[in-house]
Amino acid sequence: MKIVLAVVLAAPLAVLAAEGYRLDRSPHDPRDLVSLQSGARTYMNYCLGCHSLQFMRYEGLKEIGLSEAQIKDNLMFTAEKVGEPIKIAFNAKEAKSWFGVAPPDLSVVARSRGADWLYTYLRSFYRDPKTVTGWNNAVFPNVGMPHALWTLQGQRALEVVEPKEGHEGPVQYKWSEVSKGTQTAAEYDATVRDLVNFLVYVGEPSGVDRRPIGIVVLFALVVLFVLTYLLKKEYWRDVK
Amino acid sequence: MAIAVWKWIDTRFPTLGSEWRKHASEYYAPKNFNFWYFFGSLALLVLGIQILSGIFLTMNYKPDANLAFGSVEYIMRDVPGGWIIRYIHSTGASAFFIVVYLHMFRALLYGSHKEPRELVWIFGVLIYLTLMGEAFFGYLLPWGQMSYWGAQVIVNLFGTIPFIGPDLALWIRGDYVVSDATLNRFFALHVIALPLVLLGLVVAHLLALHDVGSNNPDGIDAKKMKASDGRYLDAIPFHPYYTVKDLVGSVVFIAIFCFVMFFVPEMGGYFLEYNNFIPADPLKTPPHIAPVWYFTPYYSILRAVPPLFHSQFPGVLAMGVAVLILFFLPWLDRAPVKSIRYRGPLYKGWLAAFVVVFLILGYLGTEPTTVWGQFGFDAFFLDTKERATWVARLCSIVYFLFFFLMPWYTVRDKVKPLPERVVWH
Repeated sequence: MKIVLAVVLAAPLAVLAAEGYRLDRSPHDPRDLVSLQSGARTYMNYCLGCHSLQFMRYEGLKEIGLSEAQIKDNLMFTAEKVGEPIKIAFNAKEAKSWFGVAPPDLSVVARSRGADWLYTYLRSFYRDPKTVTGWNNAVFPNVGMPHALWTLQGQRALEVVEPKEGHEGPVQYKWSEVSKGTQTAAEYDATVRDLVNFLVYVGEPSGVDRRPIGIVVLFALVVLFVLTYLLKKEYWRDVK
Repeated sequence: MAIAVWKWIDTRFPTLGSEWRKHASEYYAPKNFNFWYFFGSLALLVLGIQILSGIFLTMNYKPDANLAFGSVEYIMRDVPGGWIIRYIHSTGASAFFIVVYLHMFRALLYGSHKEPRELVWIFGVLIYLTLMGEAFFGYLLPWGQMSYWGAQVIVNLFGTIPFIGPDLALWIRGDYVVSDATLNRFFALHVIALPLVLLGLVVAHLLALHDVGSNNPDGIDAKKMKASDGRYLDAIPFHPYYTVKDLVGSVVFIAIFCFVMFFVPEMGGYFLEYNNFIPADPLKTPPHIAPVWYFTPYYSILRAVPPLFHSQFPGVLAMGVAVLILFFLPWLDRAPVKSIRYRGPLYKGWLAAFVVVFLILGYLGTEPTTVWGQFGFDAFFLDTKERATWVARLCSIVYFLFFFLMPWYTVRDKVKPLPERVVWH
């Protein structure tokens, strides 16, 4: 059994050991409604130009504490009714010719990529004259997307220092600022945290509900266990 | 009143009462069942859970390549309670295999496959095979990247069979690649064809068991000894004794099940693979295709076998043999005793080795073959320098030796004398 446990416990470690840019831990909290609303605002203003959330409806934003009027007045730019899915007015074929790849729908991106990946990715863009868009990313090399939030973060450059030949050691990443954005580094981190928080929420809207429900269910099962156990004991008293 | 109603039914339909007595209230089971004997009834419970949750999923799921992925998300968001139903079904799939693997391991522990229960075992292996098919067909339905490419890989395995392979693969898919036609037929097989087969086999499994009686942790006949009044000394009616006991086991199982469902439904990517949240894209092969965890021991064996004349068929053959060899277990095991309690160190050692290699193979199957890096040296016999591939080869050999050498080591093993009556504290 011990070997089993060791093998099972070691599995995630092996995944973490995979090479590449080290991911930061995302500080999101899907119960923080203010953060979710801020994330929704950032998404609708900066991301929705290209990325739909087609499995989510505008109506669903009521769940993060927004009124129908707030959603209509501040977050709905292209849709008419709150019951509509969050789609884009974008031609996938044209997009493909512009970016090399059609911008994917992001409804469940937090579930496929994970929050840590998104949080690090959105903070790791840098200027790169060699790419078509002039942008590159440390987490996703040669990404098709330009830095959509660059006015907030400003422009940065990245120097990747490989270990010298014959030397072991990690690749070093040296970041430097090219121009300032409208937000400080700390403010930008908070913006990205809220955005990632929103994407985590959109990825699984039931994710917020299921834990409290789970606690009630487990409590009920503990009570049921006690009852069934006593029943079993009572019946088995006469088995000798 | 209740008695009057029962009498009314019983005079018109006596089969109901007689079957109940035969299979429950007068089915005598050994009194010394332990922890390992919960998994039979739990497998039945999971089957029920899967059928029930599956019915509700079918009401909202769309078996159409353009709509399938979206309809699953629709179930997760817009269908009231849909996310619970979906998580029940996805957790249930993995739970089914956990329970069945433990149930099969119980047989290896206590010799439940041995005479006179060979047919019970064979029906069980057929259930296991059907379950594998059921899980495979079901996994295509969410139409994510892993669904799509997993199906592509598995169907291509059939394509490696000499002569008939390519036509066979085409016949399974109904198209030249996995497509809408494949999705539709897999849906039909998943929701009606295989569940029917599964139910039939479960009935056969239970009827065959009840004809010969249950084995027990001591592997001796529990119905041999009778008291002076003619009652069994070591066997008790299944109902109410084991119905109430299995009730406790079911509650514990459901609690663990609910913990997974409500707190870790993805189970770290093992129950719901992260890449399956990307819609299927026939033009984009993912860099790493891994089947769900319950297939990975066999997937490891497949990958461990080197190709012959540029054909993967030897690996496919090894994988097939690894599963089908289970049918022969009752005749490979020639030990004079059934239970591990009275077997010698040889069987215990081989069984332990088998469990360890099964788990290692299972783990390696979820990872790329590069997971443990490469050997630092080169040699003429190294066709690949990947450490993980060599470990998988070693483990595969142990897996097969466990079965192939069984006729010898079970006979040579030192066995302990059997007790007269079951051990009971």
